[in-house]
Amino acid sequence: MSFLMSHLLSIITFLPLLGALFIMATRGSEATVASTARWVAMIVTLIDFALSLLLWAKFDGSTAAFQFVEHAAWLGHGISYHMGVDGISMLFIVLTGGLMPFCILASWKSIQTRVGEYMIAFLVLETLMMGVFAALDLFLFYVFFEGGLIPMFLIIGVWGGKRRVYASFKFFLYTLLGSLFMLLAVLAMYFYAHTSDIDTILATVHFPPLMQGFLWFGFFASFAVKLPMWPVHTWLPDAHVEAPTAGSVILAAILLKMGGYGFLRFSLPMFASASATFAPLIFVLSIMAIVYTSFVALAQQDVKKLIAYSSVAHMGFVTMGLFTLTQMGLDGGIFQMLSHGVVSGALFLSVGVIYDRMHTREISAYGGLVNRMPVYAACFMVFALANVGLPGTGGFVGEFLTLLGAFHINTWVAIFAATGVILSACYMLYLYWRVIFGELVKPTLMTIKDLSPREFALLAPLAVIAILMGVYPKPVFDVTSVSVAHLIAEHNAAVAYDQSPSPERGGSKFARQISGRGRNADPFRLTALRLAASPLQGEEKSGGAP
Amino acid sequence: MTIGSDLLVLLPELILAVGAMAALLIGAVWGDKSTKFLSGLVVVLMAVATYFALTAPDATAFHGAFVADGFARFAKALILMSAALCTLMAQAFFEDEGRVRFELPVLIALSTVGMLLMVSAANFIALYLGMELQSLALYVLASFNRDSARSTEAGLKYFVLGALSSGMLLYGISLIYGFTGTVDFAGVAASVKASGVGIGLIFGLVFLIAGLAFKISAVPFHMWAPDVYEGAPTPIVAFFTTAAKVAAFALFIRAILIPFPDAIHQWQQVIIAVSVLSMALGAVAAIGQENIKRLMAYSSIGHMGYGLLGLAAGTMLGVQSMLFYLAFYAVTNIGVFVCIQAMRRDGEAVETIADLAGLARTRPRMAFAMAALMLSLAGLPPLAGIFAKIYVFLAAVEAHLYIPAALGFLASAVAAYYYLRIVKVMYFDEPAKPFDREMGAGMGTILALSSLFTILFVFLPGPLVDAAGIAAKALFR
Repeated sequence: MSFLMSHLLSIITFLPLLGALFIMATRGSEATVASTARWVAMIVTLIDFALSLLLWAKFDGSTAAFQFVEHAAWLGHGISYHMGVDGISMLFIVLTGGLMPFCILASWKSIQTRVGEYMIAFLVLETLMMGVFAALDLFLFYVFFEGGLIPMFLIIGVWGGKRRVYASFKFFLYTLLGSLFMLLAVLAMYFYAHTSDIDTILATVHFPPLMQGFLWFGFFASFAVKLPMWPVHTWLPDAHVEAPTAGSVILAAILLKMGGYGFLRFSLPMFASASATFAPLIFVLSIMAIVYTSFVALAQQDVKKLIAYSSVAHMGFVTMGLFTLTQMGLDGGIFQMLSHGVVSGALFLSVGVIYDRMHTREISAYGGLVNRMPVYAACFMVFALANVGLPGTGGFVGEFLTLLGAFHINTWVAIFAATGVILSACYMLYLYWRVIFGELVKPTLMTIKDLSPREFALLAPLAVIAILMGVYPKPVFDVTSVSVAHLIAEHNAAVAYDQSPSPERGGSKFARQISGRGRNADPFRLTALRLAASPLQGEEKSGGAP
Repeated sequence: MTIGSDLLVLLPELILAVGAMAALLIGAVWGDKSTKFLSGLVVVLMAVATYFALTAPDATAFHGAFVADGFARFAKALILMSAALCTLMAQAFFEDEGRVRFELPVLIALSTVGMLLMVSAANFIALYLGMELQSLALYVLASFNRDSARSTEAGLKYFVLGALSSGMLLYGISLIYGFTGTVDFAGVAASVKASGVGIGLIFGLVFLIAGLAFKISAVPFHMWAPDVYEGAPTPIVAFFTTAAKVAAFALFIRAILIPFPDAIHQWQQVIIAVSVLSMALGAVAAIGQENIKRLMAYSSIGHMGYGLLGLAAGTMLGVQSMLFYLAFYAVTNIGVFVCIQAMRRDGEAVETIADLAGLARTRPRMAFAMAALMLSLAGLPPLAGIFAKIYVFLAAVEAHLYIPAALGFLASAVAAYYYLRIVKVMYFDEPAKPFDREMGAGMGTILALSSLFTILFVFLPGPLVDAAGIAAKALFR
């Protein structure tokens, strides 16, 4: 038990990989491999989910420090295997763990070719996603962050729709180019700080303002594409439309959140002044995303495309909330990411249900479904309304808090963003009306069947969670609020430090360091000392020559 | 210094040279049917030579013309390993082709001796000796398919252009000698330190770099590579891109860093230009290629550009990153060429990318390995390639070469496209007619080792990186 607890994060991260290896080792006829793969993937993801719930149960929400920390030697030169979670990353792990079983279940029937490879790709992807949220080393983070491209590329490209090749390449190359700028920024940070340890950098290192600007843009290039923000969002509709249902779910629910998480983990606390300086830019892009892509969503003929554009709009609320740098804005942004993860995942699953029956995503091919699929209509309604942000659903809490946060900072931002709430009601209700209501006139729909037990098991729990999050959001804020408050305090202190003419002013880590009582010395002196020690040369620990 | 102790320093080279000559005699007596035995003999000799190369103490021989140090040990181990694997590949390949000739292992061994001399060379004469021995054997190997017009053309092209580059190299060396009065690397360094860098010496340096850049096929001296790679037999191309590249690169490092540490401002700009151009051309020109060997030629040009970025830094970290890069590149390329060699349909070798269509369904394990190698070359984590790139870029950023590093990033994003295209063809496309048969156990093992290194490196990166670090230290004492 103690081994489990002391390595809980690594176990959660790498357990799916073990499952993937197990499937790889399976031999036999195609049918046996397929059924083994399905069951193994299901069991492994369920265990992983249970472990992530255990993590949540044992998590201490009263401190902003990293918990469940693990250290091991890795690349040397101050680059180590360092894992840990705080209030910001904690719930993303639960979200990832929670959605994976749904993805496997959603693929149970709809994926019939190369099932083993499909499940392997998903399990590997889960390992990489868990790693992103748990990594506390810049290079480790990069490896997980970028590694996720490979399985997702295969999932879209092998099991996708007609234009899968185009969509998978677009997804891959957009994201890759963004991430390479981040890698350049990571290298520069490493040379400045002489460590790539995120915890150490957060606690002791302060980058000079000009450098912050460049680093901020390096990370921004990556996260803006990943999130995605307007105008680099165009890969998302293509990828969503072509991906298989479960791929869309993962893409919308978790991969997009990596961008938001990246802003929280890196941009806001590490490049505080740059974040403050460029916040107006983010606000403008967020408003563009909210208003413009909402209108685009309104005009879509394809269900998945519509939901994809609505995702871009909802991510606009997230970026807006994060860069208000208020407690409400950040709490709201995180909550919005989590609830959007559940709701958008559920929406794609709902689309998958009718797609499996009709094999078309054209909105005009549907209509009047409520007559033959009442249970489906009810579930879909919960998700549609949650996506609109109706009070009482998860979507409301996040959007409302981010808008409140924005209102504190800039009234105009809040006013423009608030129109997005109305617009989202327009396109979602319009969609719901066209698909579900009306007369059932299409002859192809006359025999359509309501949810099977498997599909009900898929949608019902998510509907419950979506409502629960709206009615009782406290468990989420219990986890996040202390870490968020700490982040804001550090951010404000860093901004004040950069703006003050003499370094004596400012709070938290700066005050500590100057009075000499802190656990770490002055960041600049520390850097100078590390430079003198020149840790980059090969250590002679291994002794013998090659 | 007696002649005996001098020869001891050269023990690995001697073992292989004597062995190669013995093999030549055996072959002349027994004929082509002895080829299999000779291949085995050469591989065993290479293993023995590796042992002696690794255990050799630091020493110099022949009045400082040859040196055995940590740097040479690392490079030699890498060269011998690649050469041994290429010998096995060549044996398998020509057996399939039904054109076995006993000269093959002999020529590979002789060329390897030249490579070993190159990485140990500590003056310009020794450098030239080693390089010519290597090159002459390689010219013949390139045209080893005597009956094929493409192979002969490859050999001839390689020979003519190679001779030209040797001429440039010699001209550069003579200028350097003329303006410093010595051919010793250390002597040149002392002379440069004492009397500065004159215009004549700069001319010599530029010619030297041009000659060396030709050997590693860096832009603008890359023209020969695609044609030669396309025409030469596949395992020989593997030999070109692994052992020969490692040797030429190691020589490049030593012949620039040891004699000219004080002329860094002169050569650094040249190397940066060559490096950036290579990365750019390697990324762009490979996009339109249909032949996988041509594609690998452009890929090789690009990767040499990344390696040179480490040299441009001119620091210990730079050398360490380059050696690590070479190791990654050699291991990956061996695997890739094993795959290319296994592409046989109806008894003929096929070489277009389209021939790989649907490989994931006809040969799932080979496709998986190939995909891992390709994505590693593209520089995607968590595969080995990204760490090689990270180290090179670390060195570049440390030396404040921000703009070349940024251009390198852009190039690697472009290059990712064509590596991905191969993965796409193997995984997304409808299967073409399957290849004749599964690759043999030997080749399968080599491929498995190569791809396992690529995939598992992330879990245990320490030993190789540290070994490269120790090797780099030898040049900075």
